[in-house]
Amino acid sequence: MTEPVLSVRNLQVEFASRRGTLRAIDDVSFDIAKGEVLGVVGESGAGKSVTGLAVIGLIDPPGRIAGGEIRLAGMRIDNLPPEDMRRVRGKRIGMIFQDPLTSLNPLYKVGDQIVETIRTHLNLSESAARRRAIDLLAEVGIPAPEKRIDGYPHEFSGGMRQRVVIALAICAEPELIIADEPTTALDVSVQAQIISLIKRLGRDHGTAVMLVTHDMGVIAETSDRVAVMYAGRVAEIGPVQDVVKNPLHPYAKGLMGAIPTLAGEDKRLVQIPGSMPRLSAIPRGCSFNPRCAFAFDRCRVERPEPLPRGAQSVACHLYDTMPAESAA
Amino acid sequence: MLAFTLRRAVQAIGVMFAVGIIAFSMFRFAGDPVNQIVSIDTSAAERAIVRKSLGLDDPVPVQFVRYFADAAQFKFGVSYQFRQPVSALLSERMPATLELAICATVFAMVFGILMGVYSALKRDTVLAKLFQAVSLIGISLPTFLIGILLIYLFAVTLGWLPSFGRGEVVKLGWWTTGLLTLSGLKALIMPSITLGLFQMTLIMRLVRAEMLEVLRTDYIRFARARGLTTRAIHFGHALKNTLIPVITVAGLQFGSVIAFSIITETVFQWPGMGLLFVQAVQNVDIPIMAAYLLMVSLIFVTINLVVDILYTVVDPRLRATVGRAT
Repeated sequence: MTEPVLSVRNLQVEFASRRGTLRAIDDVSFDIAKGEVLGVVGESGAGKSVTGLAVIGLIDPPGRIAGGEIRLAGMRIDNLPPEDMRRVRGKRIGMIFQDPLTSLNPLYKVGDQIVETIRTHLNLSESAARRRAIDLLAEVGIPAPEKRIDGYPHEFSGGMRQRVVIALAICAEPELIIADEPTTALDVSVQAQIISLIKRLGRDHGTAVMLVTHDMGVIAETSDRVAVMYAGRVAEIGPVQDVVKNPLHPYAKGLMGAIPTLAGEDKRLVQIPGSMPRLSAIPRGCSFNPRCAFAFDRCRVERPEPLPRGAQSVACHLYDTMPAESAA
Repeated sequence: MLAFTLRRAVQAIGVMFAVGIIAFSMFRFAGDPVNQIVSIDTSAAERAIVRKSLGLDDPVPVQFVRYFADAAQFKFGVSYQFRQPVSALLSERMPATLELAICATVFAMVFGILMGVYSALKRDTVLAKLFQAVSLIGISLPTFLIGILLIYLFAVTLGWLPSFGRGEVVKLGWWTTGLLTLSGLKALIMPSITLGLFQMTLIMRLVRAEMLEVLRTDYIRFARARGLTTRAIHFGHALKNTLIPVITVAGLQFGSVIAFSIITETVFQWPGMGLLFVQAVQNVDIPIMAAYLLMVSLIFVTINLVVDILYTVVDPRLRATVGRAT
């Protein structure tokens, strides 16, 4: 098997706060292969975005990567000096943020922002970079790019701005794109366009994509595999059809069950009782146990480790038939 | 854009008209000007002749129109104390004041922005905290005290810099400049610092606050995610976004710098308009006071106009709204 583009092992991210250290990401591991789209899903505060920021090295103090490894095509990047990490950002890892309205600097023409990024990473002349910028704008589906390149961000609609943001993210042909809720701020009709654009770009360039979202619909449409996160941990990870059709973790089950269908209009919307614990008060054992209908004694004392289960991997004691002692 | 500029210009003329009325009414209400000119034992007939020669016996509206027409041509009458045309007195002193104000503003802008950026980027360093402390002193100490302290230190104790005056000046047409001689430059240093210190601390605090605000925005985070160099992010993307409020404040402050250079000019005996004004107040020299009022308002109005136009140069979004609104 070829080396994955991104390999995250036992990642821990901590935030120092006045009331002690909060662990936002605890023991998260996953891989993304070339050309693969990994969806990362979970409630707000589950650590999806922080995971993305940790990969691209943009965790700001008081936050820090406290443990684990991040490898990009085999090269360890979580401990690079800042200047080397800067060269990785934008060149080898592109990032797309949630709100296209605020992602672009309002005072610069979009073309200048693209040219600036291209020339930071690639050794191109001003005019060659400009030609490339026009090509990129055309590729992300902006009509009349040779005219629009001299427009300011406020002259673009939200969807068009997100296309510009995507053009910026891919302008140096990165191996990995991290898309942090790329469609959340957009109209539903535009969402589908942006999603298919990201999907097409990933396929055409063989780029690995980490798609962070809380929209299961988006995941089902786009991703090859999906990771379900809960309270800073990966609850379940596996191929998207398996996880959607046959979720194993009680939380994943709840999440899939909570997707409203168009058919059953009389039913009340399904919800998972309770809410995700705050980082300062994560329960002992399995962090989901207070909300879990299947929780038993072991869940309240021992933290479940990820167990392979077919193509899926699940962190739940329900699937651990062997006692804890002999499993070690 | 042109329509926007024109509309602002018309507004400016309106403001100047209002100021003109106030300046004119000073003549009517600040005592009888004839009494200021003649001596006590002048006969009533002679007084009447003086009154007539100054046009003070015409009806008020006529006098007003005449005053306005003259003022528009920069004729402000004759100073009571110097017996010279006010415009000549003012234009003789204006270069000194403008030169001082410009030097003070340049000093304030350069150091204010540098210190502001530094203390925003290296928030926790000793130097940044020192800047904060110094800026507090700069904001709270009155100008005259700073001037006197500087004179005491650099002129009296160390003897490096002259304590008063403009030094040698060079005449360039009607303009006189102290920038071309060593003694002129030396004489500029302390008054510029004294006059500019308050603006400098203001700009520094403003730049720092704005910069911290901008560095938290999404587009700065995105710029970092694009792998731009720290230099490009801080000085290309962040600093430009902090400039709008800085332009506003620096622009409006430039007006105050000129208007309130009175104190600095008095402390340093700087031969500028401010000193002339102080002398005029002492001698109830109304033509000079009125002319000074008009000059200062003209400067304020012009600066406001320039600042409005500068906004649209920095911020393309305003260009769009301005274009649409007109």
